Amino acid sequence: MNKVVQDAKEALLKAGIRDGMTLMSGGFGLCGIPEHSIAALVELGVRNLTVISNNCGVDDFGLGLLLQRKQICKMVSSYVGENAEFERQFLSNELEVEMVPQGTLAERIRAGGAGIPAFFTPTGVGTVVQEGKEVREFDGRRYVMERALRADISIVKAAVGDTIGNLVYRKTARNFNPMMAAAGRITIAEVERLVQPGEIEPDHVHTPGVYVTYIFQGRNFQKRIEQRTTRPRATS
Amino acid sequence: MKEINPRDRIVLRAVQELRDGYYVNLGIGMPTLVANHIPPGINIVLQSENGLMGIGPFPYEGEEDPDLINAGKQTITDLPGSAYFSSSESFEIIRGGHIDLTIMGGMEVSQEGDLANWMVPGKMVKGMGGGMDLVASAKRVVILMQHCDKAGSSKVVKKCTLPLTGVRCVHRLITEFAVFDFDYSASAGGRSVKMILREVAPGMDVDAVRKITPAEFVTAGDVTEMKV
Repeated sequence: MNKVVQDAKEALLKAGIRDGMTLMSGGFGLCGIPEHSIAALVELGVRNLTVISNNCGVDDFGLGLLLQRKQICKMVSSYVGENAEFERQFLSNELEVEMVPQGTLAERIRAGGAGIPAFFTPTGVGTVVQEGKEVREFDGRRYVMERALRADISIVKAAVGDTIGNLVYRKTARNFNPMMAAAGRITIAEVERLVQPGEIEPDHVHTPGVYVTYIFQGRNFQKRIEQRTTRPRATS
Repeated sequence: MKEINPRDRIVLRAVQELRDGYYVNLGIGMPTLVANHIPPGINIVLQSENGLMGIGPFPYEGEEDPDLINAGKQTITDLPGSAYFSSSESFEIIRGGHIDLTIMGGMEVSQEGDLANWMVPGKMVKGMGGGMDLVASAKRVVILMQHCDKAGSSKVVKKCTLPLTGVRCVHRLITEFAVFDFDYSASAGGRSVKMILREVAPGMDVDAVRKITPAEFVTAGDVTEMKV
């Protein structure tokens, strides 16, 4: 078993990245995004990508970099507020967008990785989200059927990973990464620290290595902060 | 009567919705400000739907952690007893009915208890985030909004004109002029939801509220004065 690759480019080439693929990209805002894999997608120049990600980065970082180069034809997201280029492409019909309630998005991805083709949720009943979908009543309440999502390639980011792909996330950088790792037919994990098997306590593994196809240690993570908010120190 | 601006009145009235032991999700905007006024003796746990139970205060300058943000993407801290989890577990907590209270902003609330707060047609669609999940499944949904828009039109309407976030989902609506409850027990058998006026702001009375409220509401027992 050899999952370790040098960098994101090698991982994506081994994964057979090509135009028209569906990708899942972990992260919430700019927190926990696979920034090296995104940079490699920019470098490789693949186009017509469908990208499933909670957000779409900002103009000059994260998935916003792929938007700038018009590499994305469709986004599946719950919130895309922080991106002027996104707005421009959306309003000019260059970019297709599927807005999905955040909990439904998370569950559709989880279902995809878990082999569940569809599920019923109360979220969005009676709203535009329900349009074109089966609605069923269970125990006196209406639910809308939502389909699972899968990806050709998932790109995820973790704080620590071992060479057989076990991953540990840090704080709120976990977010969508674990479900996306499971829902990718091929999953590429980038980690801040790559360790040997046994260095991660088995009880502490968040994503078991079974889901991870390729893993590499990223260099010089930027880990940008989107909204820096602080409180004053008490003066002594 | 001391002067108080409408937003402060709404926020301070919303604080009175908190109960000791509640697990609470606060939306962006006015609802977030509720956290600045938690009364002594009331211990609540705040959820951030990107994967944290137990939101702490903003970090001190120089201690910001890019791996620790809230759902508004602001840097925050955690607390002793906080827990991290994935987005799917976060919404299992929400969908599973484990959140006692969500407080959210609104653009329109109808007399049926419908809520619109995520998009304005013709303007850029930013997305609903986790709002639709929260209003569908939190045990209690409290909406904070100013009674009228900037043009002076009431946002407390007979029927929402904006795309909905949820139907028959609002339990309580707090504006700077009034507090309304929604009784869904009356909605069985096709009868409509009952919208009930509970409180009016100092200086207001039932008739004054009616004048600025196209939604049809009833009173049940005493209408009290908002204690803010």
